[in-house]
Amino acid sequence: MLAEIEVTLCVNGAELTVTCEPRTLLADVLRESLGLTGTHLGCEQGVCGSCTVLCDARSVRSCLMLAAQARGHEITTIEGIADRNTLHPLQRAFSETHGLQCGFCTPGLILTSAEYLRENPVPERESMKRHLSGNLCRCTGYVKIFEAVELAAALIADSAPGTMAEPQR
Amino acid sequence: MTATASRWVGDSPRRKEDARLVTGAGRYVADIQLPGSVEVAFVRSQVAHAKIHAVEVTQALGAPGVVAVVTAGDIEDAVAPFTRFIDQEHAPPALESAIRPRILPCPMEVLAGDRVRYVGQAIAAVVAENRYLAEDAAELVDVDFTELPAAVEVETAREPGAPQLHDAIENNVQATFAAKVGDPDTAFAEAHDIFRVRMRTQRLSASPMETRGVLASYDPAEDVITVWSSTQVPYMVRTRVAEQLGLAEQQVRVIAPDVGGGFGPKVQVYPEEVLLAHLARTLGRPVRWIEDRREHLLGTAHSRDQVHLVDVAADEHGVITAIRDHFLIDCGAYNPFSITCAYNTAAHLRSLYKIPNYAIRGDCVLTNKTFNVPYRGAGRPEGAFVMDRIIFEVARRSGLDAADVLRRNLIPLDQMPCPRGMLYRDGTEIVYDCGDFEAALTKVLDAVGYQEYRAQRSPPPRPGVRTGIGLGCYIEGTGIGPFESGTVKLDSLGRITVYSGSTPIGQSHETTFSQVVADEFGISPDQVIFRAGDTALQPHGCGSFASRSAVNAGSAILIAARRLKEKVKRIAAEMLEASPEDLEVAGGRVLVKGDPELSFSLAQIYREAIPGPAARLPRECEPGTAETSYFVPPTVTWGHGIVAAVVEVDIETGVVNLGQLVIAHDCGRMINPQVVQGQIDGGLMQGVGAALYEDIVYTDQGQPLTTTLMDYLLPTSAEVPRIDQIHLETPSDRNPLGVKGVGEAGIIAPPAAITNAVLDALREFDVHIDELPITPHSLVAQIAEATAGKPDRYGVTNGARSS
Amino acid sequence: MKPGQLEYHAPDTVQDAVDLLASYDGDGMVIAGGQSLMPLLNMRLASPRGLIDLNGIGELDYYLVGPGRLIVGALCRHRDIELDPEVRHHWGAVADAVPAIGHVAIRNRGTVVGSICHADPAAEWPALTVLLAATITARGPHGSRDVPAEQFFDSHYVTALRPAEVVTEVRFALPLERAGSGFVEVARRHGDFALVSVGAVIELDERGLVARARLVAGGVAPHPVRLTEAEEVLVGRVPDDAAAAMAGDAGSAAVEPPGDIHAPGAYRRNLVGTLVRRALSAAVHRISEGSNAR
Repeated sequence: MLAEIEVTLCVNGAELTVTCEPRTLLADVLRESLGLTGTHLGCEQGVCGSCTVLCDARSVRSCLMLAAQARGHEITTIEGIADRNTLHPLQRAFSETHGLQCGFCTPGLILTSAEYLRENPVPERESMKRHLSGNLCRCTGYVKIFEAVELAAALIADSAPGTMAEPQR
Repeated sequence: MTATASRWVGDSPRRKEDARLVTGAGRYVADIQLPGSVEVAFVRSQVAHAKIHAVEVTQALGAPGVVAVVTAGDIEDAVAPFTRFIDQEHAPPALESAIRPRILPCPMEVLAGDRVRYVGQAIAAVVAENRYLAEDAAELVDVDFTELPAAVEVETAREPGAPQLHDAIENNVQATFAAKVGDPDTAFAEAHDIFRVRMRTQRLSASPMETRGVLASYDPAEDVITVWSSTQVPYMVRTRVAEQLGLAEQQVRVIAPDVGGGFGPKVQVYPEEVLLAHLARTLGRPVRWIEDRREHLLGTAHSRDQVHLVDVAADEHGVITAIRDHFLIDCGAYNPFSITCAYNTAAHLRSLYKIPNYAIRGDCVLTNKTFNVPYRGAGRPEGAFVMDRIIFEVARRSGLDAADVLRRNLIPLDQMPCPRGMLYRDGTEIVYDCGDFEAALTKVLDAVGYQEYRAQRSPPPRPGVRTGIGLGCYIEGTGIGPFESGTVKLDSLGRITVYSGSTPIGQSHETTFSQVVADEFGISPDQVIFRAGDTALQPHGCGSFASRSAVNAGSAILIAARRLKEKVKRIAAEMLEASPEDLEVAGGRVLVKGDPELSFSLAQIYREAIPGPAARLPRECEPGTAETSYFVPPTVTWGHGIVAAVVEVDIETGVVNLGQLVIAHDCGRMINPQVVQGQIDGGLMQGVGAALYEDIVYTDQGQPLTTTLMDYLLPTSAEVPRIDQIHLETPSDRNPLGVKGVGEAGIIAPPAAITNAVLDALREFDVHIDELPITPHSLVAQIAEATAGKPDRYGVTNGARSS
Repeated sequence: MKPGQLEYHAPDTVQDAVDLLASYDGDGMVIAGGQSLMPLLNMRLASPRGLIDLNGIGELDYYLVGPGRLIVGALCRHRDIELDPEVRHHWGAVADAVPAIGHVAIRNRGTVVGSICHADPAAEWPALTVLLAATITARGPHGSRDVPAEQFFDSHYVTALRPAEVVTEVRFALPLERAGSGFVEVARRHGDFALVSVGAVIELDERGLVARARLVAGGVAPHPVRLTEAEEVLVGRVPDDAAAAMAGDAGSAAVEPPGDIHAPGAYRRNLVGTLVRRALSAAVHRISEGSNAR
C-alpha cells in the first residue's frame, strides 16, 4: 500500500503510537485508530468546531491538524476531561441546563468552554459569546449553552477551597 | 380521558440521553466500526446539466486499496430507481377534488445513467479500504459528458424553450394546484386599497451539524441487510430499500443510531442508502459512506426557495379583505415531496388572520439545482413571511401602526373554533381548534415595551444607528398522521420497556416519552428503558418530522402504557382474588389501594403471564405483558405564536444588530418545559439565520457558490440576541396527552418579524425588503438613494455617495 | 474530504526547511498553523507532493513587543499577540484587528506570518503589514532578504516570495510621539473575513495638525491598498469629522472593489468611506489618550 509513518501521541495522558499515512488527520487517528469517537467531524473545512480538541490546553480544530503534527503535544479529547466515572462540572452543567439536544457539537463546545472558564473563571456573557463563536450548534440556539457555562463556573467556584467568587446565574 | 397523577409530565428532569452525549459516548453512524468495513467516495457531477456518454473506471479500479467501482450500468438489473414518493401520485380524495392537483411522475435514479441534472448528483461509487484511498481513486474516474443548457431561474424555467429536465414534464412544471376561499373577485372590486407585492424566500440548507452517513452490512445466514443511517425515517428507508432491491421489507433492518440533527432533509430516502444496501450484499463486506460537508451542501436536499406574486385588497381600516397569490417553488431537479411544502404554504398563509377571501395557486417548478424536501417549517415560514410583510405594507400605506393593523386582522377569540374554508393536507377541513391570538399579541407587545417605544419615537440612541420593532406570527398544524406506533412491555426483571417508531434526532424522546410512561406506572423516567429508531423493534412505524412525535408517538405510547397497566391489574386481580378497580400500580409493583402489603412485583406478573397450563390469567387475557398501539390522529392540532424582534441598524454599514426576540407561543400541554424551551430557542435561531445570513446561491449556469460553511453562513453564538419566551397553554382535545407539536414553532415567524423591525427602523428612508436574507448592501443602497442630493451631517453634498 | 497523498517532513532548522522545500522544486509547501492551508489540502484545492512542517523549528518561535517595537517570528500565533497587554498598550491597530481573525481555535494555532504569506486580500495581517510599514524577512537557498510589505503582495494568494523561500520574521513600525492607530472592519458574522477593512495611523505635529497619515484598505483589491489620496487630504489639517469625511470620500473614490456572493463592489466602495472615518476616529482617540492605547 502507501508509505506510512509512526506517530507517537500523548492523548488524555496516555502515550500511544499509531501507524498511518502522513496525510492522516488528527481527527481520523483519534476516531479510527484510537476509537475515541467523541471527537466528531462536521465539516473538515475548519469551520464548525465539532472536531475541537485541546492541544496543550488550547482549543484547536483536529480536522486542521495532521496526526503527525500532534507529536510532542498533549491532546485532550472529551473522553479525557474527567476521570472515569466522574463528570466535569461542564458536563454536569450542560445536562442541567439542557445545553445539548442532538449532542453532535457538544464535545467540542465543552472543550472550548473549558478553555474559556480557565481564562475567565468569572464568565461574562459577551466575552463568552465571542469565545464560543467558533463552535457551531444548530439545535439549541446557544442560549442554554451560555447558561451551562455560567452554571459550571458556579459549580467550580463552589467546589474550590476557600473561594469567594459569587455564583452567577 | 382518565386522569393520571402528573409527577413527571410537566416537569423537566435531566435528560437520559445526556449521560452518553456529554461524555462523547454517543454512537452516531460514523462512530460504528464493523470489522472488515470498506468505505465509499462518490464521483459527483460537476456540471448542472449534461448527457453522460461513458464513465471510464479502469484507472480507478487499479488504484491502491480499491475494492470496486460501481456505475449505473453495473446496478441496473439489481437496483430500481426511485419511483414512489410522498403525496406524489395523488392527494387524499377530498383534497384532490378541492384543489385539483396535477402531479407528474418524476423518477430519480440511484446513480445517474445517461443524464445528470444538478451539480453534486452521484455518478459513480468508488469503494476502497478507507476514505482517503477512495477519494484518490475517485479522482481517476473519467466521465465523458456533453454539457446541456441549464434551467436555473424559476420564472424562466417554465417558459417554452427553456431547457427541459425530464422528458415527460413539459415546461418543468412538475406539480400544480389551486385553492380558493370565499369570493376574492368581489372583494377586489369593492376594495378601498389594492396593491401588489412580489416576495421571495431564499433557498436554504437545513445544515444539521451531523452530515448524512450510511453503514450497511449483510448477514447471509439470516438473509438480512442491516442499514444504519443518519435518518429521521428508518421505516421509509426500509420500504424503499426493499422495494428497489426487490426484497421483502422484513429482509431489511434500518437503524437510526444517535442522529446529530435532522430538521427535515433527513426525511427522505437517498440514493446512497439504497446503493450501500445493495453493495453490502454484493461485496460481502460492511460498506460505509460518511458525507462530507461539501457533499452535504450539494447532495443533501435544500428547501424553501419560493417566489410569490400577491395582490392584496384592504378596506379603509387596514383590514385585509382578500388575497390572491400565485407562487412558484424552485424545487431543484426532482420533487420527491410533490405538493407537501406547496400546499402547506397555501393552507397556512392566512395565518392568524381572518382574510375571508383568498385564492392561491402554486406551481412546483424543476430547475437544475439540488432537489428540495421540506425543512423545519415545511412551507409555513415562506407563507408567514409573505403574510406578515403584507400586514406591514398595509400599515405603511395606510399610516396606521403595524401592531394595530395586525390586531385588526386577527381572528378574535369569540370566533373560535374557526373554520377556514379550506382543507388541510390530510383532506380534513381546517378548523383552528383553540387559541386566544389577541391575548398573545398583548403579551408580546408588553414584553417588548412596544407602547413606550412608539411613544418615544425620538432621537436615535447613537448617531448613525436606528432602532425598530417588528412583528410576525404563525399558526401551525401539528401532529399530522398517518400514525405512530408505541409498544410498552415488561421484561423478566419487571422493568418497563418502551419501543416507538419515532426517531430521536435531538428532541429528547428518550426522556419525554419516559416521563409519560413513568407517570402511568408510578416510577421515575430513569427506570424506563426506551428504544426507538430501529425497524426491528416495531413492525410498523413512521418517523420524526412535521412536529408530530409528541402527539403521535406520545399518544401511542400513552395508550399502550394504559392498556398494559390495565392488563397488569387484571392479572394481579386474578392472583389476589380482588377487583382491578381496587388495585394501583406504582414503584414497580401492583398493590391493593390502602393495603400495600398485598402486592406483587411486576416481575411476578411477567412470570404469571408466560403461556402454559400454569399461567394464572383471567379468561379473556392473552399471555404476555406487552401492548402495542398505533395512534392515528383525527387530524392536525393547531399551535400558534407571535414574535417580536428588536433591531438596531447601522445606517452607514447596513449591518443589522438583532437585540431581542420575544415569542408568545402555544403548544398545548408541555411534557417537558425545558425541552420545549430548547426547541423554541433552536427554531428561533434558525429563523434568524434565514432572516440575516443564510443563502444557497447558484450562478446562472447552475454552479453552486455556497459549498463551504464559510459561504453558507450559519448563526454563531455571537449572533444570539436576548430571547424571551412566553408560554401559553391551551391543551389539545385531539389526542389523549393534550399536546401539540412544537418542533417547528420557533422557525416560522422570525424572518418576517426581523424584516419588519428593520423596515420600522429605517422608516425615514422608505426602504423595501421583499427578499431574504436581509443584506447590509441592499439596505445601504436604498438608504443612499433616499438621501441622495441631501446634505449629510458634515455639510457635504455628494451625489457620488449613492451606489 | 481528505488530503491527497503527500510526503511529510518536520525539520529542526530553517536551513533544513529551505533545503527540503528546494528539493521539491515547486511541488512542496510549508505549513505552520495550517488554518488556511489545511482546508485547501482537505478539499484537494492544493496537492503538494511534499509538506514541510515548520512547527518543530524552535528558532522561529518568538515575538518581541514594546513601544515602537513589534517583531514576530514565523511560529508566533495570533492568540499570543491578542493576549499580550503590551500590544494593547502600544499597538492599537493590532489590538483592534487580531480579535477579529476567525475564532479562538483558529487564533490558537494560526500564525501571523502564515496569514501574511497566505495573502488573502480580506485578511487582517496583510493589511496591517502595509499599514505599519512592515519589513518581511525571507530566507531562501541563496540567503536572506528583506521585503517591504508594500512590495510583498502581488495578488490574491500570490506574494513576492521566490521558490523555496520561507518567511522567518516580520518587523512592524509605528511612530511613538503624538501618534495613534486604529483598525476597523465589517464582516457578515463575527469572525468572518472582512468585507472591507481599514487601518489608520495618524501622527500629529506640535500644533495638533496631521503631520503624517497612513491609511490602508483590505478587501477592496487583490492585495491591501494604500489610500494615498485620502492620506494627502489629511496632511496639514485638524483631524476632525469634516477632514475625516473628506478623507473617506477620497478613499472611496480611489478604489474599485470586486463583488462576490457576500457583497457587491459598490457596497464595498461605499464602506471604505465609512470605515476610513471610523478608523481615523479610533486612531485620533488613541492620541488624545496619550499613547497608542485603548
